[in-house]
Amino acid sequence: MINGGKNMLLAGVGGQGILLASEIICKVMMTAGYDVKKSEVHGMAQRGGSVTSHVRYGKKVFSPIARKGDIDILISFEKLETLRYLDYLKSNGMVIINDAELYPPSVNLGDATYPEDIPETVRKYFEIVKIVNASDIAVRAGNIRTVNTAILGVLSAYLDTIEAGIWESVIRTSFPEKVIKENIAAFNLGRKA
Amino acid sequence: MNELMSGNEAVARGAYEHGACFGAGYPGTPSTEILEEFAKYDGVYAEWCPNEKVALEVGIGAALAGAKVMAVMKHVGVNVAADPLFTLSYTGTNGALVIITADDPSLHSSQNEQDNRNYAKFAKIPMLEPADSQEAKDYIKIAFDISEKFDTPVFLRMTTRVSHSKSIVKLEDPVDTKDTTKIRYNPAKYVMVPFNARVARVGVEKRLQELRSFAETFPENRVEMNGTDAGIITAGMPYNYAKDVFPEYSYLKLGMVHPLPVKLIREFASKVKRIYVIEELDPFLEEQLKAQGLNVTGKEIFPYTNEFDPGVVKTAIGGNNGNLIDLSQLTIPPRPPNLCPGCPHRGLFYVLGKLKAFVAGDIGCYTLSFMKPLEGLDSCICMGASIGMSHGMSKALKDKGKGKVIGVIGDSTFIHSGITPLLNMVYNKSNAVIVICDNRTTAMTGMQEHPATGFTLQGEETKTLDFAVLASALGIDSVRVIDPYDIKNTRTVMKEELSKDGPSVVISRRACVLLKRDQADAIKPLKVNHEKCTGCKACLGLGCPPISWKRFEDMSGVSIEKKTKKQEGIAVIDTSLCNGCTLCQQLCSAGAIEEV
Ligand SMILES: Cc1ncc(C[n+]2csc(CCOP(=O)(O)OP(=O)(O)O)c2C)c(N)n1
Repeated sequence: MINGGKNMLLAGVGGQGILLASEIICKVMMTAGYDVKKSEVHGMAQRGGSVTSHVRYGKKVFSPIARKGDIDILISFEKLETLRYLDYLKSNGMVIINDAELYPPSVNLGDATYPEDIPETVRKYFEIVKIVNASDIAVRAGNIRTVNTAILGVLSAYLDTIEAGIWESVIRTSFPEKVIKENIAAFNLGRKA
Repeated sequence: MNELMSGNEAVARGAYEHGACFGAGYPGTPSTEILEEFAKYDGVYAEWCPNEKVALEVGIGAALAGAKVMAVMKHVGVNVAADPLFTLSYTGTNGALVIITADDPSLHSSQNEQDNRNYAKFAKIPMLEPADSQEAKDYIKIAFDISEKFDTPVFLRMTTRVSHSKSIVKLEDPVDTKDTTKIRYNPAKYVMVPFNARVARVGVEKRLQELRSFAETFPENRVEMNGTDAGIITAGMPYNYAKDVFPEYSYLKLGMVHPLPVKLIREFASKVKRIYVIEELDPFLEEQLKAQGLNVTGKEIFPYTNEFDPGVVKTAIGGNNGNLIDLSQLTIPPRPPNLCPGCPHRGLFYVLGKLKAFVAGDIGCYTLSFMKPLEGLDSCICMGASIGMSHGMSKALKDKGKGKVIGVIGDSTFIHSGITPLLNMVYNKSNAVIVICDNRTTAMTGMQEHPATGFTLQGEETKTLDFAVLASALGIDSVRVIDPYDIKNTRTVMKEELSKDGPSVVISRRACVLLKRDQADAIKPLKVNHEKCTGCKACLGLGCPPISWKRFEDMSGVSIEKKTKKQEGIAVIDTSLCNGCTLCQQLCSAGAIEEV
């Protein structure tokens, strides 16, 4: 995108904390002085179905959704969901994949198979592919529910113009008091992962 | 102060800042959060109504008393409210009344994709359409002002992308307002008998003329001159898509999509070489421009269906989107939405799917049970249709339909529009069986209160509608209450009711698993005992997300003894997702499912 901003697409499964994660990214970019827009779908689409959120920031942003072929970073909270949105990436885009598998109903029932070697498939198309075990980080941070913050930590390491302090201050205002410490820990572990 | 807000939050904020004090509506994606957010502000009154017609009528009453009111609904809700709507256009509003219609291009959460701009033209009511959250906040205020100034209801049209995208909004302080409500008598204006309505009808045309002149200089009908190679006429979210990919073109962005500023449009057209009309769904602007003799390009190149994005706009006008990865070369199993683990609808629809009967369904979470493996629902048209349809089908089938037609409807949906058709069943001696799925909430749209939950939108305790008493009062002789967590009894009761003459009502009562308030017992998750599981797959028939099937050959490191020669694998429960409803346990003849 023009204006030194970026387009991101967060993808995963309902209940994985994607909407909160994209909210935090937006607030970070807002604090850093960018115009920002994000888009997501509620309602029927959320009952355990596939969920996405577009985040775009820059000097001036018009559309809250990016077109196919225009995403800089795909942040996938679940392996299979990575494949579903590959066509949104720029050819030099990067992919962050959480090493988690959640079976859709057809796979559970034995009617379809869960694709093997998803990271290999993605690497065939893209150079920068980061695989991260966010559940593992979350457990080390002391709370399994910090998976999304751990992933934000991983992302933050690739956005070097944004200071870590901005992320931390936004994270502090985004969670209830009693889980802030664990979320900050997960963020920092993710940032180093 | 700046804040990141969704379009819906911004509408609520704008209404509050502008001194609106009254909101009425019925939930429906993508509109729901508008009233929920509005209800949280100090000093406002907001209520969920049983349906959109009631909400609009409540709004009309409040506006006639002089209040500043919004009536909030999704696009199909306007169909329900259409009867008062058309005559409201004649009476005018006295106070201010804005009707918010939230359309859903791409049918993200709807049963159809109707374009409600047509309602503005049809009912002769002005309509504003914001393109982002800041405009959503600004336009609701303008809408109130237009309503007051022209004594007309005003539509604010949202679409899913505007409602549910977030962008930066500048907050302002609320204006000081005085309560100016009082009773105002004016029969010539408010009693729409033909004699008065004929006069009002003429007034409607006069008002529309005045609004047309207003539109010509309305600052939100905004011209942005850039290059003159091409000009784009657009409104709402598609403006952003076009700006994104064609910043070099000139724009006429219409903040008001009805009525149109014809002179302004002509003037703009005269300054550019060619014109594209960019609008999702119907050629609403395009047809009016073509009727004016303007040479514009629209649906010749743009799709009629689905929402756009910058790529759609670029492709249509002829830009290159680059080489996209061809996903058809990959096998990607779909991930459709599903009933939650422990959803009370699952037990009911497991039973219904196995009965040899047509299940006329309705709209709500339970509609998802039409999918494999439950396949427990055979139709869904609009809210309330299940009851009328099951009665009509049963009548048409005569004896062939005996014991073979069921109507199923959610509690919120029943209150919305199920009561009159149920009365019709009694009156016209139906034989169908109606099941009310009473999960104590409006689950599909995110757990809103309704007249049978005992609470109001603003959290006050209130009377609780009793479905059994209501059904008896309407004349239903056989009313049964079941617990859908009990498969055997659910099946027995359904069979008994289907075998009876005359209409009956079965109330399938169990609170939604997401409704914290009504959960009686602590959750006791279940697991599969591998020693006992025979691999019969009976539990898979529930389509419950935590239950999966593992083949022996896919299990490395675990050795499990086969219970039968033919056994190929075992069932597995992800206990972290299980809500302990015990349905799978009831289906397991091997007794292999146990508490963790
Ligand atoms: C006229 C109209 N208004 C609103 C909606 C949106 N809507 C779809 S289902 C539903 C309510 C579902 O509640 P309920 O019947 O209690 O079923 P549940 O989802 O709780 O199972 C609503 C409000 C609609 N589709 N049509």
